[in-house]
Amino acid sequence: MTATDPSAPDPSAPGPRAPDPSAPSGQSTAAHIAHVLRENPVTLIAFAMFALLVLAALFGPALAPHDPLASDAARALQPPSWQNWFGTDNLGRDVFSRVLVATRLDLAISVAAVALSFAVGSVLGAAAGYWGGWLDAVLSRFLDTIMAFPLFVLAMGIVAALGNTIENIVYATAIINLPFYARLVRAEVNIRRDAGFAQAAKLAGNSDLRVLAFHIFPNALPPMMVQVSLNLGWAILNAAGLSFIGLGVRPPTAEWGIMVAEGANFIVSGEWWLAVFPGAALMLAVFTFNLLGDGLRDIVDPRKRT
Amino acid sequence: MAGRVRAVLGRLLQAVPVVIGVVVVSFLLTRALPGDPAVYFAGPAADAASIEEVRVALGLDRPLVVQFFLYVGDLVQGDLGRSISTGQPVAYDLANRLPASLELTLAALALSCSVAIPLGVLAATRPGSWIDHLCRVLVTAGVSMPTFFTGIVLIYVFYYLAGIAPAPLGRLDFLYLEPPHVTGFYLIDAALAGDWETWRGALAQLVLPATTLALFTMAPIARMTRAAMLSALSADFVRTARAAGLGPRKVLYGYALRNALLPVVTTLGMVFSFTLGANVLVEKVFAWPGIGSYAVEALIVSDYAAVQGFVLAMALLFVALNLAIDLAYTAIDPRIGFGAR
Amino acid sequence: MLRIEDLAVAFRTRRGLVEAVRGVSLTLAEGETLGIVGESGSGQSVTSYALLRLLDQGGSIRAGSVEYGGIDLRAASERDMADLRGREISMIFQNPRAALNPIRKVGHQIEDVLRTHARATAGDARRKAIAAMEAVKIRDAAARYHAYPFELSGGMCQRIVVAIALACDPRLLIADEPTTGLDITTQKAVMDLIVELIRARGMGAILITHDLGLAAQYCDRIAVMKDGRIVETGPSAAVFSAPRDPYTRRLVDATPREGASIRSLLPAEARTPPPPHAPGTAPLLEVRDLVKTFPGKAGPVHAVKSVSFTVHEGQTVGLVGESGSGKSTTSAMIVRLLDPTSGEIRFAGEDLAAVPARRFARDPRRAAIQMVFQDATDSLNPRMTARRAIEEPLRRLAALRARQRRARVEELADLVGLPGHLLERFPHQLSGGQKARVGIARAIALEPRFLVLDEPTAALDVSIQAVVLNLLADLRARLGMSYLFVSHDLQVVRLLCDHVVVMRDGAIIEQGPAAEVMNAPAHDYTRAMIAAAPRPPVREAAA
Repeated sequence: MTATDPSAPDPSAPGPRAPDPSAPSGQSTAAHIAHVLRENPVTLIAFAMFALLVLAALFGPALAPHDPLASDAARALQPPSWQNWFGTDNLGRDVFSRVLVATRLDLAISVAAVALSFAVGSVLGAAAGYWGGWLDAVLSRFLDTIMAFPLFVLAMGIVAALGNTIENIVYATAIINLPFYARLVRAEVNIRRDAGFAQAAKLAGNSDLRVLAFHIFPNALPPMMVQVSLNLGWAILNAAGLSFIGLGVRPPTAEWGIMVAEGANFIVSGEWWLAVFPGAALMLAVFTFNLLGDGLRDIVDPRKRT
Repeated sequence: MAGRVRAVLGRLLQAVPVVIGVVVVSFLLTRALPGDPAVYFAGPAADAASIEEVRVALGLDRPLVVQFFLYVGDLVQGDLGRSISTGQPVAYDLANRLPASLELTLAALALSCSVAIPLGVLAATRPGSWIDHLCRVLVTAGVSMPTFFTGIVLIYVFYYLAGIAPAPLGRLDFLYLEPPHVTGFYLIDAALAGDWETWRGALAQLVLPATTLALFTMAPIARMTRAAMLSALSADFVRTARAAGLGPRKVLYGYALRNALLPVVTTLGMVFSFTLGANVLVEKVFAWPGIGSYAVEALIVSDYAAVQGFVLAMALLFVALNLAIDLAYTAIDPRIGFGAR
Repeated sequence: MLRIEDLAVAFRTRRGLVEAVRGVSLTLAEGETLGIVGESGSGQSVTSYALLRLLDQGGSIRAGSVEYGGIDLRAASERDMADLRGREISMIFQNPRAALNPIRKVGHQIEDVLRTHARATAGDARRKAIAAMEAVKIRDAAARYHAYPFELSGGMCQRIVVAIALACDPRLLIADEPTTGLDITTQKAVMDLIVELIRARGMGAILITHDLGLAAQYCDRIAVMKDGRIVETGPSAAVFSAPRDPYTRRLVDATPREGASIRSLLPAEARTPPPPHAPGTAPLLEVRDLVKTFPGKAGPVHAVKSVSFTVHEGQTVGLVGESGSGKSTTSAMIVRLLDPTSGEIRFAGEDLAAVPARRFARDPRRAAIQMVFQDATDSLNPRMTARRAIEEPLRRLAALRARQRRARVEELADLVGLPGHLLERFPHQLSGGQKARVGIARAIALEPRFLVLDEPTAALDVSIQAVVLNLLADLRARLGMSYLFVSHDLQVVRLLCDHVVVMRDGAIIEQGPAAEVMNAPAHDYTRAMIAAAPRPPVREAAA
């Protein structure tokens, strides 16, 4: 949605307004990435935060100073201190440890859901975009139906119907993400279906399937990666939202959404740390993925490349 | 214009398969309940005989296709089943609570558009400036905040710390009387009744939840406005207008913005989807007595008829909103109906 | 009237400041028409935008002065400039459809200009707008007043753009490639109209174009630009017939014109003896009653209606037509990318149409029929290097080991004159001419007997076009291929082809030996097309 930054004139565009690059330069992808990062330091921060998140997901349970499930009634509702950085909750559990440990679960849910919709959406969208016809018509109607529901509401309905488990949260999130991938791939494949290079590939003896898989689809990958990054954030929000209203993850499991839900009851009496820390973690994760998506978009947007 | 009329009719017809799809999906969701739906609907104290009775009463012993038509038949009569928790027909409950949700959603959207569109225009006219970057960070932060979390933070700051917001407990403080029911929108009803004190009370309750929702929905609108403005401003026709000596104001608003608003209107559909979804969470946080919190309460007590009725109602509402957006689009874009799009 | 001195314009880019225009000096007298000619990136358009101060973001005038009727345009306030634009100096652009506001009625767009410059009031704006439309010879102007741009043809849109530009009777008109993107017959009509209007009003005009022939035909004086500088200025006839600058000479040589041979397009020092060319008489490709009908929303669309022609062994046949003539559909069917509705494509005696396009990739005859695509940029996969692109047909259709393939790719690169070190580059790192070479190398990799050339030079500058045409002629002689050359440009077709087929609205209206069709066209339409092409003055020195 963010258009390219026009402060750099676009030399690849036809038309005489922008000066033509006198000689095609051998600018590498690495140099391009370096340029984007220089121009937009926010992206660099996003990459750093992403690394931090991955580390927390991998080593969180090993690093947690306390057992995230161990309650201690004597130390309930303690404000943040040196001993409990983020304070303790109403059962005396260490909020910091719980927030840290929850990283893995939240990331796992969203990664699994996004991977699922990426794979299914790619296949369906590519086939519909390339062959068109009834396949396209059926898929479009199917996607329209999914999109006809407010997506979070559909996810609620699915989890309520299939049963209240983490797997079903993954499935529900994957289903509501599916239209984005399928439509994106469909559009990207469709505009390249009759491109010169696709026809040239056919003349070189490639079958339709090969043209689609090895020549057209790879060109749809960059915008897909942007979508993946943005969707990861959205999937986290979605899963947390579902647990917030009591679907999916159940107490006492540490999960950001459910921790915010539990902490919400204490906000009006001033015990802010119960809800604020897991909420901030959640927000930071989503923020990271959104910024990352923006940054990736700048990197892969072909209009920005020379 | 015949082409225009045909386009409108075509768009209306397009909604038909979508509505059918929605009904099929919500039927499948009802029938996909974990375990035996008859057991659920019979209630916790039921014995085998009464479960069987419920099964026959609900038509659950018939083939799936027959069940579907029974379901559709019920729907046509506005029968969404009966809620276990309230004991009322689900349709009645939903109709009762819908105005609360709509008032919140529409207020949030109005707020969000009135901030996001100028922000997007401002960013697009100064690309790469600090305003542009600030706008980007702000809207990204807005969309990254889980709405339930934003709501909680706002409550903490404005209710607990600052004490300027009323208690987050519904649409109206118990000090005030509900305004006489006309539209169900308290702001409108109170204004119609001339009861400005109640109006202010309702507004005070509305501000925080509406802001929460608006913060979340600002990002897509602001971004789309910025992107569409940027591409409109670099379009050839803007250059023609400038070369013809049209003033900057006329070029910016008369030419660029009008063109840029078209894609913005299209994204409103997506924004509605987000808003209606986030609505559920915000209603729970602020104890807002709309259909979202109704569904959440129903979920807790496994009141499935209420939940599925809610899902279906939301979908139909969303389809109707999308239809309205597309028809509005047809009205403002002359190209519709000529196959030029 | 207009005096530009030492103008320098630079753009801020990520690689630092790029100078687009340096030290340009020009003068324009009252009522004079000046042509600024240059290939892409030469800075001609930037010059004109700079004098109206309409440069893109990041562009700025670095040095020099621009003076119009005693006013210093560089120092004028933005408000004064806006007042000047459209009233004193107007501009028309290429791609007329995009130049108009898509959601505003064209009549209102003309009114906007009239009202801005106080040439009309709310009461008489409409009448004056319609008058302005009549002035550019729009028939039924009162009805067209309510039209949106998408409801009008490209030529009609350009007339509206001209009407907007001339509505307030400016004294200077700048036309930036006003005919690019229009069909050749429309081009002539639009150019004739513009010139007629500026002569009638005694206006000064600057015509910016890449087409030296067009400039020579319509302008009093020509300035030739290259790399942001003016290399030569002079009266049109003199610049064309006796160019002083080597670059101008190259450009003049490369412009296809009557009487030129393919080698004479090249600079004098590069002219080698023409390759031998002796077409055989055995038929290689016989197209019989080829029909393609697409299902359309408003009934079937007859894209190709019963087309028949023959290409003999070693012969080059030109397939000529304007956009929508069905020439591209015909060529797509012949290379077996598209299935015909009916008809035969006999290749060396066998009917290729019997094998569906879907399965033709596996057909043993796939390697024998290849194609060079219209747009080299579009026909190269952005994610594959030049080497990988040329290698692709060898991988799929030739039984070669990796080492042999490598050697063959290098041999092919050498054959098409592509320096070996460019093989590892991606398309976006290659220039237009280099990409065209990659496309040709890929097409000839399997030594096809028959090559379809689909407007292979349409996206190239004329000097590169000259080189590519010569390369194609050399390859034809060297590899003994037959060509089907698809083009809209009769002058280019004539250079390479033995036989010409002219198509219009999906049917062949005329065919015959190239010289015959060009010199004595039998059909009115062919005659109109030949007449519409710009006729540059013949250069005496050109051999």
